[in-house]
Amino acid sequence: MKEEIKILTPVGMFGYGFPEADFWRGMERGPDAIIVDAGSTDPGPYQLGLGKMIVAPSALERDLRVCLAGVVRARIPLLISSAGGPGIGAHVDATVEMIGRIAKETGQRLKVAAIYSDIKSELVHERFAQGRIVPCASAPQLTAADIDESTRIVAQMGFEPILEVLRAHPDVDVVVAGRSYDPAPFAAFCVLHGLDDPGIYWHMGKIMECGAVCAEPKGSVILATIRKDSFDLEPMSTAERCTTLSVAAHTLYEKTRPDLLAGPGGVLDLGRSRYLQLDERTVRVSGGAFRPSPAYQVKLEGAALAGHRTIFIGGIRDPILIGQIDPFLQGIKARLAAIYPELVSGKARLIFHIYGKNGVMGELEPQKDFVPLEVGILGEVTAQTQELAHAICSNARINVLHTPYPGQMATAGNFAIPLNPPENDIGPVCRFSLYHLMEVDSPLEPFNSRIVEF
Amino acid sequence: MNDKIKHGDRLRDLAKVIRSKNSGPFELTFDVIFSQFEPYLRVKNSGVLTRELVCRLYGVPDHAVVAFMFFDPALAFKFTLRRGWAQGSIGERDTFGAQQHAPLMEIEIPASREARDSRP
Repeated sequence: MKEEIKILTPVGMFGYGFPEADFWRGMERGPDAIIVDAGSTDPGPYQLGLGKMIVAPSALERDLRVCLAGVVRARIPLLISSAGGPGIGAHVDATVEMIGRIAKETGQRLKVAAIYSDIKSELVHERFAQGRIVPCASAPQLTAADIDESTRIVAQMGFEPILEVLRAHPDVDVVVAGRSYDPAPFAAFCVLHGLDDPGIYWHMGKIMECGAVCAEPKGSVILATIRKDSFDLEPMSTAERCTTLSVAAHTLYEKTRPDLLAGPGGVLDLGRSRYLQLDERTVRVSGGAFRPSPAYQVKLEGAALAGHRTIFIGGIRDPILIGQIDPFLQGIKARLAAIYPELVSGKARLIFHIYGKNGVMGELEPQKDFVPLEVGILGEVTAQTQELAHAICSNARINVLHTPYPGQMATAGNFAIPLNPPENDIGPVCRFSLYHLMEVDSPLEPFNSRIVEF
Repeated sequence: MNDKIKHGDRLRDLAKVIRSKNSGPFELTFDVIFSQFEPYLRVKNSGVLTRELVCRLYGVPDHAVVAFMFFDPALAFKFTLRRGWAQGSIGERDTFGAQQHAPLMEIEIPASREARDSRP
């Protein structure tokens, strides 16, 4: 059993690209594994709902080629989590297929494990009926309709399914996991090597899954050295450094709070964590504590189709109209509602985004009475069919262009339109239908795997 | 006498990072991070950053504030709001929640008592 292990992470999002020189500098340090996360819900529900990858296949392939060269050269495993972004089975398979193609092309022999986290709606219905599903964070209460409407459902695996594969197949070269708790592959690799303090491996994984984002300036490639009771972080670009502050600040990022981080099986408590500057660019971290939860829960993510969208965009420079823009647009909404009952029933929605006024912050904007020089208007219509969305959007746009208003001097048109055609169908819109915690009978329960050899 | 009533600094003059971002699809989280202990402590001790201020600034009720805290290890102030609209869906304005922080920048922080007392 090793006293220390080293993990190299090339980037916080697989497919975003990373400096190859920094990667190879990291490889020279003799890492025991390359681990990289590919997932996020941040780009929104469309990826899961429509089965889209976050990055283009060519971008994924470029990152994959470099990492596989490292795998073959050093005979160390590459662990990829949340393949494709949403981590659906199709993305796991697409990633495995790409690995196979690269292996064939470069004459590499690779043993690849695929782990799936797609969840059948029957299981979700069953657990929902048993009262074993609760909202995650600030998500709304679940309904049976949310489950039925979900086009795809995945669960974030903990470290256990990845560990099981690593134990069963010690010679595996690449693990391609579906949707995973971001630090899960890091945790699995630590536990495999007997470093089994969850306060250490979860904290390390939480930071490492973002690559060298914890460095100053924010970087890409990072090396972690993990031992029983602490871990060290060092960015592989010599222009970057980890500082006690930059590392401590990392758990603020995209988290509800920085000190209590809930994950599968429990909560990581960083209230007593310690950060020590080892040298100019390296920080040692210790003191994280893990508090197991009474029931083992996995986070479910589901997305449903919310409708079809058509938009128009344009600008207004006329100060007389800008001075009354809110009542003007409200009047158009009322007029459209009288024509399209779907807008009243809620089956269709017409929303104006007024850029220059409150297009970015909407209701959250504290400056309510700001009068801009010009405003940009994005008209957004969503309906059950693309045809209806287009019809409503077209009508709304014509109204914005030609509806008279008090004090009007510019009687030829109200609106500067850059695009032709002025209305554009942009296709399906999704929503997160599931963001809930589901109890499982074992951490392995809903996940399965297969081995492919190239 | 007028000298004593020092014009305060804005938060953007004192902090290194002021940002907003999604924390999952149903929350927006806000971070104010300092690079030095002194301005951090000045802001923390000023009592200006309160739940009430956050609610007033963003026009949200108190129960929408799901976290509100100072985090000494990172010299940081953080609060998290329930998202009032669905992320990346109909009516979205800020998919990543990355541009909701601006009103925090202009918050005025009075000079610390020490700073006032030490001036001639």
